[in-house]
Amino acid sequence: MTIPQQIITIALCVVATMLTRFLPFLILSSNKPTPEYIEYLGKALPAAIFGMLVIYCLKDVNFTGGSYGLPELLAICATSVLHIWKKQMLLSIAGGTIIYMLLLQFVFA
Amino acid sequence: MPNHELPGKSQPLPEQTPKKQSVRLRALKAAFPYTIPIFAGFWFLGLAYGILMNKSGFSFLYPLAMSSLIFGGSLEFVAISMLLAPFAPLQTFLMAFMVQARHLFYGITMLDKYKGTGWKKFFLIYMMCDETFSINCSAVIPEDVDRGWFYLWTSVLDYTYWVSGAVIGGLAGSLLAFNTHGLNFVMTAMFTVIFLDQWMKEKHHYSAYIGLGSAILARLLFTSSTFMIPTMVLILILLTIFRGPIEKKGGFAK
Repeated sequence: MTIPQQIITIALCVVATMLTRFLPFLILSSNKPTPEYIEYLGKALPAAIFGMLVIYCLKDVNFTGGSYGLPELLAICATSVLHIWKKQMLLSIAGGTIIYMLLLQFVFA
Repeated sequence: MPNHELPGKSQPLPEQTPKKQSVRLRALKAAFPYTIPIFAGFWFLGLAYGILMNKSGFSFLYPLAMSSLIFGGSLEFVAISMLLAPFAPLQTFLMAFMVQARHLFYGITMLDKYKGTGWKKFFLIYMMCDETFSINCSAVIPEDVDRGWFYLWTSVLDYTYWVSGAVIGGLAGSLLAFNTHGLNFVMTAMFTVIFLDQWMKEKHHYSAYIGLGSAILARLLFTSSTFMIPTMVLILILLTIFRGPIEKKGGFAK
């Protein structure tokens, strides 16, 4: 990516983000009820989006060759177990990441 | 009609300076304790993000610009992958909008609370994020504390934690002596944890399955650089088609 392309990419992220922040205050008023469909999406979208983002992180993993995505799957399991067990967000993220780095650098090196 | 307060029009203050200062200070004292737990999280993830940017070959100016202008952790991590991939403006925009769409609903919820905060309102909206929203939406603000200033302090403190973490990470990344190969998993771990939190709060997991399933299906049919637009379209179509049954069952996370 060239520098102007990088700047455009970042600018698009900024514009899209600010749209999501300012839009409700620009087009809705607290006296008018929010459309039901929008309210439904507000409740249903987050789970779908974060599911999508987990898969997005795995988009370049090769599941048919190499290490067959094993380091990723093992580290995701470790992160999940840690999180269900201790329920400490930072511990789960740090622990899972360290396990992944160890797997990558020593086991699957 | 009640609520005739106009934005930008606050109470006239006859005795200005000493009173004004104590208003700010009192609000800061009330808001700061709420943000302490956020500090740890933002510094940890902000540092990790800055280091990752550094290790991906970007100067600290990138995390500085991105964290201060975008100010959204999830998207900033995703943006690293997007910056390293071929230029895809439409996908970038749609992806950013979908990842950040949560803010639309935070805004809807805060319409009333942020009303009448004057010039502060711009910054309250600009600095909206998950953590600030959850504090400002639920905090019980004492009677003698100015609401507008309380909201602003929470927003500014959280914002400062994140941006400083990202910049320090971006600067300090090159000093790290150990092998950081695999550090990029911090993004996967973060989304896994957020996904799990959401999962454990829900009674039914229809939309979680729709998100996972749509992305997996689209990834099988398209390439790694083209599958995200089909994924997002598919998610919206499925959520719309199954709105009836999903709403009937309810059980959404709060």
